[in-house]
Amino acid sequence: MAAAVEIDRVSKHFKIYREKYTSAKERLIHFGRVPHEEFQALDDVSLRIEAGQTFGLLGHNGSGKSTLLKCMAGILQPSSGSVTTVGRLAALLELGAGFQPDLTGRENVYLNASILGLKKGFVDKVFDDIVAFAELERFIDTPVKHYSSGMYIRLGFATAVHVDPEILLVDEVLAVGDEAFQRKCLDKVRTFQAEGRTIVVVTHAVELVRQMCDAAAALDHGRLVIEGDPNDVIREFRERLMAGVTSLDEVGREMATSELSPFWGKVRIEEIAVQYPDPERHNVTHGEPLCFDVHLTSNEPIDDVVIGYAIYGPMGQLIHGSNSHLKGVELGVVDGPRRIRFDLGSLPLLDGTYSLTVGAHTLSGLVYDHWEQKRRFEVAAGGRDEGMISLPARITTD
Amino acid sequence: MTDLSQPARTITPKGHLGTRVREIFRYRELLVNLVRKDLKVRYKSSVLGFLWSLLTPAMLLVVYYFVFSVLLPGGIPRFPIYLLSGLLVWNLFNVGLVSGTGSVVGASGIVNKVWFPREVLPLSAIGAALVHFFLQGIVMVLTLLAFRHPVGWTYLPLLPVALVALLLFCAALAIFFSAVNVYLRDMQHLVEIALLPLFFLSPIVYSYDLIANRLGRFAGLYLLNPVTPVVLAFQRAIYGNYSDVVHQFPFWWYLRNLVFVIIGSSVLLVISLSVFRRLEGNFTEEL
Repeated sequence: MAAAVEIDRVSKHFKIYREKYTSAKERLIHFGRVPHEEFQALDDVSLRIEAGQTFGLLGHNGSGKSTLLKCMAGILQPSSGSVTTVGRLAALLELGAGFQPDLTGRENVYLNASILGLKKGFVDKVFDDIVAFAELERFIDTPVKHYSSGMYIRLGFATAVHVDPEILLVDEVLAVGDEAFQRKCLDKVRTFQAEGRTIVVVTHAVELVRQMCDAAAALDHGRLVIEGDPNDVIREFRERLMAGVTSLDEVGREMATSELSPFWGKVRIEEIAVQYPDPERHNVTHGEPLCFDVHLTSNEPIDDVVIGYAIYGPMGQLIHGSNSHLKGVELGVVDGPRRIRFDLGSLPLLDGTYSLTVGAHTLSGLVYDHWEQKRRFEVAAGGRDEGMISLPARITTD
Repeated sequence: MTDLSQPARTITPKGHLGTRVREIFRYRELLVNLVRKDLKVRYKSSVLGFLWSLLTPAMLLVVYYFVFSVLLPGGIPRFPIYLLSGLLVWNLFNVGLVSGTGSVVGASGIVNKVWFPREVLPLSAIGAALVHFFLQGIVMVLTLLAFRHPVGWTYLPLLPVALVALLLFCAALAIFFSAVNVYLRDMQHLVEIALLPLFFLSPIVYSYDLIANRLGRFAGLYLLNPVTPVVLAFQRAIYGNYSDVVHQFPFWWYLRNLVFVIIGSSVLLVISLSVFRRLEGNFTEEL
């Protein structure tokens, strides 16, 4: 296969200024020397992304994954090494970047498309699709300064994905916008996959990589740690996180708890496995039962164990939470591995991605282990109801 | 779907000038769109829109006509026409350079998010100035018609050459300063201040002979200012046939000077493109 992106021994260091002297006066005073520290954002990274692959780039905050993506996009120039891309490239880094508030949506689409390197003739052909995708038919001739932020993002995304990119770079933008729009974005990304385009996703959402990617790589402190099969990469990435190479957003919460709890780590959560009713289909539809298994382990016999869980909605709202004690289940002594099944019954939930938090703690609340929203599950309820909860609502008239 | 016309792109600290120039050329449509955007944004909510570009030089003409032809007669006859023929050139240079210098910093929003040859930004600023130049040219033509002013027909072929010379010089400076301005924001102000003496170093409000005669043998020094040969060519072609109070040189003399400017500016342009290329690598960190 041909390489769509070839990264050859790329390093990038930034200067971190303690103070910034941008005026000539200040530069003169300091004789042009500005006190700074070197920060190595990327260290000799080589990667090959084949054409047609969906490639996941994992890393915690500050691992250099976004820097690498920006190098691929050409926004940043590597300090040494080279990045070669073959084919038209669109980067979903910030949607609607470069929109001019005073120009209308129509004018901005043309301007934005030409920034992305497209000819007017081509934009003419896809213009109606862009407007339809963004659902802005009525407002396309309104200056974008009157747009809501949602409309702004929709137009930006619509333009970016309609420029017929052969390589699409995605930097967690799929996390913006409302839920319906997120789904639309994901659908579009899936279509791109089906069409054999190359997609590079930068994220720390491990599940996204597992579900979507053909290949992946993990970065840690600017160095390439592992590349290859997504499952191997995810495992390695996890282990590193656990080994103390941690980021605040992913495991910071656990770190914080570990300082509080003297029992931290005595019982460990090994895995939380969401059991979809149909393993082929990674979602659950309305009315189907959903289970998840919590795999625990301990090195010594522990008898005071309560497992709590919580389900969060797409916007992070707590939907439901409980624990084994409240449900009247005593786990007894945990010694070695143990599997506990949580049967949620049929879910009255509507479409969306929901996340699962599981914690193991003593009856008095001292924490052994805690996985904060590390597992997600998809609900594909169908139907046209809006919101999160499905109600058996009926409408009658006399 | 696969568009094989899109060549492989390599991003690296090293790079060739040739590929760069080809890339700028490939993005010419963006250049046109940015110019259009610039003009649209400027006149977006004004009722008269583009007319404003015509009204400013028109007002200038009226005022100067009253001051120099009615209140203080003497000096250069039909002074407003003399003035405007040089001022046309100066405005293009001045506006192009000042807006070009600020162009990269001003577009930080897109520079940080999308890749395209960044040289397009200063070039589009000059493009917008060029559009204004032509609009003001309309005022010039109307004035010439109103006064039934005798134009130096045989010198008119100089005008496109002069315009090319000026654009090359302006582009070289604007590309250079737009990159430096990212690191040293003072550049913007420095350029504006440096332009002021340069204006009076160019024979726009006075006649070339005034200085050249004083310099005597060293009159050539005066021509080192690249704007001067361009201004002189415009004055000779537009005004020169009317009064021999101002310079009357043969055609080849103007042409020779312009060719020198073109050669010098081309060298300058190559230098400033490579400086730009070198500085561009860290734009995102500084913006």
